[in-house]
Amino acid sequence: MGLDFTIVPSYFTLLLIGSGWTIAITAAAAVLSFVAGILLAVIALYGPALLRYPFRLFAWLFMGTPLLLQLFLIYFGLIQIGIDLPAFVAGVIGLGLHFAVYNSDIIQAGIVAVDRGQYEGARTLGLSRVQTIARIVVPQAVRSVIPPIGNNMIALLKDSALVSVIGVTELTLTAQLAISKTFHPFEFYLAAAACYYLINLVLEAGLRHIERRIQLAR
Amino acid sequence: MDFDLMLRVYPFFLKAALVTLELSVLTTALGLGCGALGAAARLSRSTVLRALGASYVSVFRGTPALIQIFILYFGGPQIGIQLDAFGAGVIGLGVNIGAYMTETIRGAIIAVDRGQTEAARTLGLSRSETMRKVILPQAARLMIRPLGVNINALIKGTALVAAISVVELTYTAQRYIGSTYKPFEMFFLAGVIYMVIIYVTGLGVNWLDRRARIT
Amino acid sequence: MTEKPFIDIRHAAKSYGTLEVLKDISLQVQKGQIVAIIGPSGSGKSTLLRAINDLDPLTKGEVWLEDMQVNKPLPPRQYERHINQMRQQIGMVFQHFNLFPHLTVRGNITLAPKMLKKLSDAEANALAERELAHVGMLDRIDYYPSQLSGGQKQRVAIARALAMEPKVMLFDEVTSALDPELVEEVNLAMKKLAEEHMTMIIVTHEMGFAQDVCDRVLFMDQGVVVEEGPPEVIFRTPKHERTKNFLRKHLQGNAQ
Repeated sequence: MGLDFTIVPSYFTLLLIGSGWTIAITAAAAVLSFVAGILLAVIALYGPALLRYPFRLFAWLFMGTPLLLQLFLIYFGLIQIGIDLPAFVAGVIGLGLHFAVYNSDIIQAGIVAVDRGQYEGARTLGLSRVQTIARIVVPQAVRSVIPPIGNNMIALLKDSALVSVIGVTELTLTAQLAISKTFHPFEFYLAAAACYYLINLVLEAGLRHIERRIQLAR
Repeated sequence: MDFDLMLRVYPFFLKAALVTLELSVLTTALGLGCGALGAAARLSRSTVLRALGASYVSVFRGTPALIQIFILYFGGPQIGIQLDAFGAGVIGLGVNIGAYMTETIRGAIIAVDRGQTEAARTLGLSRSETMRKVILPQAARLMIRPLGVNINALIKGTALVAAISVVELTYTAQRYIGSTYKPFEMFFLAGVIYMVIIYVTGLGVNWLDRRARIT
Repeated sequence: MTEKPFIDIRHAAKSYGTLEVLKDISLQVQKGQIVAIIGPSGSGKSTLLRAINDLDPLTKGEVWLEDMQVNKPLPPRQYERHINQMRQQIGMVFQHFNLFPHLTVRGNITLAPKMLKKLSDAEANALAERELAHVGMLDRIDYYPSQLSGGQKQRVAIARALAMEPKVMLFDEVTSALDPELVEEVNLAMKKLAEEHMTMIIVTHEMGFAQDVCDRVLFMDQGVVVEEGPPEVIFRTPKHERTKNFLRKHLQGNAQ
C-alpha cells in the first residue's frame, strides 16, 4: 500500500475534534497537576509527619514508574474498587497526578529558595504562619518556578497521547479510528503528529508570554 | 494484597524485565549516538547541518514519542520499512530520546567556558583540536548527570512499546491486570522492578560522575 | 522617669548554646520617645530589636508593650494568635526591605490591613495612598518593587509598616544596604515620623542621624548596654573607654 495523502482532508473535522479533546485533557490535567503540585509541596515541607511520609511514598512511586503503567493502575484499579470513571476523567486524574509529583518537586525547591526575609517581613506585619505561607511564600515560589513547570506542561501535552491506550478519544485515538477505516497509518499518524506539533508551538508561545508577564513581579 | 498470586506470576515479570532492560540498553546506545550526531550538527559551521539538527530536535521533541513509534511501526511498511515490534520500539525510542540528548550534549559543550576556547586557540590549537582536547573532556563531565536524567526518563519511556505489543514489563502488567483483575498487585510487581532498574542505573550514573570529578 | 514605660524590656537574655548574645538587658522606652541603639556588629543590638516583636525569641526575660506581655508564655496555638496580634501593633523595617516582589506597592501595603483588619478594598486603598503620600511615594503606587530604587523600596517598607497603625516602630539598620546618595530620602521619612511623635527604636550605624533625631542613645557591646544617655552626652562626653573607641572609629569613618 503506497502513500496517499489525499484521503486525509476528508477526516479533517474528525482530527480537529480529536485535537480539541487533546487540548481539553491537557488543560484539565495541567490545572490538576498545578494545584495538586502546590498542595503536595506544602504538605511535603510543612505538613505533619503523619501526612508527609505517605505523600513521600506516593511521590516516590509516581516518579519511579512509567506513566503508562500508572494509567493502567488508575483506570483498572478504580474499577476494581467499584468506581467506574469515564476514561476521560481517569486520564485527567492519571496525567494530573503524575505531573503533580514532578511539579511538587520543583515547587518545593522554589519554596525553599524564597528569601527568609520575606517570611520575617510578613510575620512582622502580624500575618500568621499559614497566612504567610499561603499569601507570600507560595505565590513567590510559584512565580519563580514557572519556566520549569512550563516545561512539564509541554511534556504533559505529548504524554497525553498515552491516554488513547485507556480509550480516551483524543487526537491519537482519533487517528487510529481513521486508520481502522482507511488502512493508511502513515498518513494519519503523520497528520496527528502535525497537529501535536502545532498545539505544542502555541503552548510554547503562550508560556513565553506568561514568563514575560511575570518578569516584573519577581 | 494477594501475595499468592504475586508469587505465582512474578517469574513472568522477571522475564519481561529482561526485555525492558534490553530495550533500555539498546535505546540508550542509539540515543547517545543520535545525540552526539545531533549536537555536532547543531554546533557545526554549516548552516544546512545546523538547520537539520534544529529541525530534528524541534520535530522529535515537539510530537509524542508514542506517535513517532506508531508512524515507524504501522506506517513504516507503506514506505518500505518492515520492522518487528521490538526493532521499531528501539529505533523509535532511541531516535526520540536522541533529540533530548542532543540538547543535553550541546548544553554541556556550550557551558564549558568560552574563555577555554579562546585560550586554546591562542595557543595555536586548531578548531577540531580545541574541541577534542580541551572542550569535550570538560563537557563530558558536565553532561553525565543530565544524561542520567535523560536515561531515567528513557527507562520509564520504554513502557510505550507496550502499545505495539512488545512483551516488556508494562505490557505484561497490563495483560495480567486484564486476566486477574488485580491491578494493585500487578502495578506493585512491575513498579518495584522499574524502581530497581532506575535505582541501579542512578548508582551507575553517580559512580561515573564521581570518577569524572576526580580526574 | 516616673511615668509608666510604654515599652518595657525586663532582664532580657539570649544565648545560642554557650554563646551569650544578650546578657540581662533592661530597657524602658516612654511613649513618643525615639531611641537609637548603636554599637559594633555582633554587639547584640539587632538581636535586642528583633526580640521586641519576638522575631528572635529571648532565652530569658520579658518584653512588655503597655500592659501586654509580648512574649507571654502560652501554649503554641494560643501563642501564635497572641503574637500575631502583638506584631500588628509593632511595625518593623528591615535592612533588606523585605518587600513582597510578587505584589505591587499597593498590594504590599494593603495586604495586611485587608487580611488582618478586614478593611474593604476602598478603605485599604485610601490607607495605602495616605501612607505613600506620607513618605512621598504616591506616584509609584502601581509599580512593582523590582522597578524601584533601594531608597524608594525602603520608603515603601516604612509605609507598609505604618499602614498597620502600629504603636511603635522598629528600624533595623534600614539605611545600611543603600547607596550613599539614597540614604537621605529614607532619613527624611524617619525624621518626619519623629516629628509626629511616633515611638521609635532605631538600630543604626549613622551617628549623625542618631544625634539629630533621637532622644536617647544606647551604646551596646558584647551583649550589654555599656552606656546610655541623651545624644549630646553620649557623643560629646562618653564615659566608657569602649564607647570612646567605638565613636572614634565611627566618627572618623563618617568624616571620610
